[in-house]
Amino acid sequence: MNKPIRSVSIFCLLLFLALMLNVTYLQFWEADSLNDRAENRRVKEAAYSSERGAILVGRTPIAESKPVDDEFNYLRTYPAKGLYAPVTGYFSFGSSSGIESSQNEVLSGDDPRLFIGSLVDLLSNKAPKGGNVQLTLDPDAQQAAYDGLAALGDDVEGAVVALQPSTGKILAMVSLPTFDPNRLASHDFATRDALYARLLEDDKDPLLNRAIQTRLFPGSVFKLVTAAAALESDKYEGADAMVPGGATFQLPQTSGEGGLIDNEGRYCGSGEITLRLAMEQSCNTTFAQLAIEVGAEGMLRQAEQFGFNSSYLEDLGGQVRSSFPDELTPPEVGQVGFGQFEVQATPLQMAMVAAAIANDGVVMRPYIVDEVQSADYDAQTTDPEELSRAISEETAEALREVMVSTVDDGTASPAAISGVSVGGKTGTAQRGVPGEPPYGWFVSFAPQDDADVAVAVMIQEAPGREIAGGALGGPIAKAVMEAIIR
Amino acid sequence: MATTPGTGALMGFVHRRRRGAELFLLVLALAVGVGGYAAVGLGVDGEVPANIVGYGGWLAGLMVAAHVAVRLVAPYADPVLLPVVAALNGLGLAVIHRLDLAEGDSFAPQQLTWMTLGVILFVLTLLVLRDHRVLARFTYTAGLLAIVLLMLPMAPVIGKQVNGARIWIHLGPFNFQPGEVAKVLLVVAFAGYLVLHRDALALAGRRVLFVDLPRGRDLGPILVMWLISLGILVFQRDLGSSLLFFGLFLLMLYVATERPGWVVVGALLFSGGAVAGYRLFGHVRVRVDTWLHPFEYYDGGTGENSYQLVEGLFGFAWGGQIGKGLGEGDPGRVPEASSDFIMAAIGEELGLTGVLAVLLLYGIVVERALRTALICRDNFGKLMATGLAGVFALQLFVVIGGVTRLIPLTGLTTSFLSYGGSSLVMSWVIIALLLRISDQARRPVPELTPEVESSPDDESTQVIKLSKT
Repeated sequence: MNKPIRSVSIFCLLLFLALMLNVTYLQFWEADSLNDRAENRRVKEAAYSSERGAILVGRTPIAESKPVDDEFNYLRTYPAKGLYAPVTGYFSFGSSSGIESSQNEVLSGDDPRLFIGSLVDLLSNKAPKGGNVQLTLDPDAQQAAYDGLAALGDDVEGAVVALQPSTGKILAMVSLPTFDPNRLASHDFATRDALYARLLEDDKDPLLNRAIQTRLFPGSVFKLVTAAAALESDKYEGADAMVPGGATFQLPQTSGEGGLIDNEGRYCGSGEITLRLAMEQSCNTTFAQLAIEVGAEGMLRQAEQFGFNSSYLEDLGGQVRSSFPDELTPPEVGQVGFGQFEVQATPLQMAMVAAAIANDGVVMRPYIVDEVQSADYDAQTTDPEELSRAISEETAEALREVMVSTVDDGTASPAAISGVSVGGKTGTAQRGVPGEPPYGWFVSFAPQDDADVAVAVMIQEAPGREIAGGALGGPIAKAVMEAIIR
Repeated sequence: MATTPGTGALMGFVHRRRRGAELFLLVLALAVGVGGYAAVGLGVDGEVPANIVGYGGWLAGLMVAAHVAVRLVAPYADPVLLPVVAALNGLGLAVIHRLDLAEGDSFAPQQLTWMTLGVILFVLTLLVLRDHRVLARFTYTAGLLAIVLLMLPMAPVIGKQVNGARIWIHLGPFNFQPGEVAKVLLVVAFAGYLVLHRDALALAGRRVLFVDLPRGRDLGPILVMWLISLGILVFQRDLGSSLLFFGLFLLMLYVATERPGWVVVGALLFSGGAVAGYRLFGHVRVRVDTWLHPFEYYDGGTGENSYQLVEGLFGFAWGGQIGKGLGEGDPGRVPEASSDFIMAAIGEELGLTGVLAVLLLYGIVVERALRTALICRDNFGKLMATGLAGVFALQLFVVIGGVTRLIPLTGLTTSFLSYGGSSLVMSWVIIALLLRISDQARRPVPELTPEVESSPDDESTQVIKLSKT
């Protein structure tokens, strides 16, 4: 009888193996998709009633879980209210945004990097506690950017991004109008839902993080890319290379007013001028001609090397790709050369252009999560990562020189800081709709060598103000740079 | 085994008693039970429960009582079985206690009472039953009693329908599932019947394609068993028991006759019954449909939906690899979490690690039982041990497979873990029976004079030889 008993043993072994494999599939492979299911209230409630880690700027929490005496145990609070809201996002029952969403695994304590901590928690039967997320933001720069932008009026729409050129660290990220995440994190769900619906319907899109989610015509700040492409083409060398100038320029294949480009009254010589002068005076005629010389393909390549048409921000969700069209006729290339037609950029993208110029031509991947800390403060620091080399060191050096001249002697003078050589470029982009005010742009970096900071300011709407990139954006960029340098 | 023919090698090996090892393992089992209880208190209330000493003392007392009984009346019994089931029982108590805290029930004290009764019956079984072969005398009595017990829930007044299945009876304050007792009685009855009739069942018949098919007139018992299983399915709406009894019978039939042909016949009958059941009965169809498409039936609303199954699956998923920790999950969301779905609670709070550990413990129980069957010297004991191991393995597979969506969900308890008096008490009796068989099997062979006739096993071997010459 032993032979069939052995067969029965094998059969039982198979039964147990089937159970073990199935439960391993269920709890290991299928677990994530089950946890993500809409029906799964267990996950949502648990996430909502556990102590989340804090989001830190410096040593100060900008989002933290405070114990409260209700069914959910903890209330998410944001001490700085709207200042960091576009970055942190909000954390509510069943929905979240910003860092709260992108770093949810860390904050909730589910991240495998926190495994050691939770294993200890498991053995000691302690409730798993979320890890903290340390941001790269600089509180002074953030405040300076916020104050500067807010000073333009109650209904201002715009964004400021500051980067550390050598690493890609995001030092400031401000978007206006903003919202109070405390009210979206409220446990009073009815009021909260009504508020959320109101914010969604608001024409001014307060839930939008304009720094990464709004792309607009960059206007004249895009001339930096055109200049970079021209210098990279080996046809021009150095800050004082002779480039085409002139008061007007008729786009190829066009005739009459529609295709005629001028410089809005700024002096751009006749015939050839220096690149330095062309940048100082933001000469449309020069950059239209340079772009046409480089050609559609060359311009596309240069733009993409700076990060256009790609996603690079990994630790914060929702980054919109800056776009550079891939098929352009010569007159269109000419318009793109000074940032009009279909080229569109986010404030972050333009900050990256300035940062790459300040960083000897290397584009660093922008990041905002500096460090992930388990509840027991084991830190995991993010390593800076090179995204691409956009331009050669020589080109970068020439562009820095030109930009410093633009601040010292040109249109970008509002950003000048005494005792520091600042490089900058203004932009005032037409919307393409007659009668509408333009967008204001300003990008800058400081100091000239080994820059500590690169800034992009974008002003989408500033009712009651005459929008000009230099006049409105320059002082904001200056304040942010000062906050970092000093 | 290759050196000396037949059972000589097994006979030549003298098993040690290993009672010290059993005691040591029992200490570990006690640590699981008491540690689990303390962990629940820490997880839920942040402090070790105040009655931990009394509780631990009670558990320890039960284990010592069981151990002493084994030491006195079954000294050669397998040393692993008792500690493993003690650990499972202790873990079950801790998890039920945890669910009590979540739900505001008080099942754990009741379960501890049932465990006490179980251990008392365990000791009594070992004391009264000094030789398992005595049970062979009660073959037909056991069979009849099993059928009566199975039919009891259908009787008026005492029968009671719970959650759609009519498998309960009421006797005064007691609720009782007679099917649990019938399970053990059926193993005894099958073993006794098959030991006597195995030759007839095994030898007659003809060969169709590589498979020896049995004679038509020998199909009687299997058809009766099939009808009983179908009856349970139809009248008591109890898929799990139906599957368990029929599977058990097939398994023992195969072991007794050594003929896979019976398994083929049985599998065909089972498939026929299953398909017919699916076609004819709503309660079977619902189980299959919710198994295939659990999320479509999540909000069924009409009572028969997959809410329980899906919440259980969410619990498993939520537990992940290492679990939330005792007291840190939300296992109370699953209906019937402390009985049929206790594995979902374990999966949620102890994780994949805990579930695999529990499965391994059950695997060890089955393995030790089958090992006992292998070394047992008499066929009745072999069949009984195989049957008991089979009951254990099949029941586990049906219930855990159902809860983890490997197979359609059918209601059965998870032996030793689930809340439920009948199941727990009878599980202890099963272990007592296994220990009794194993004590007989591992005991050194008594001195035999050469004149004494050979064992029954050899006799049957001779019958086979004669028939072939």
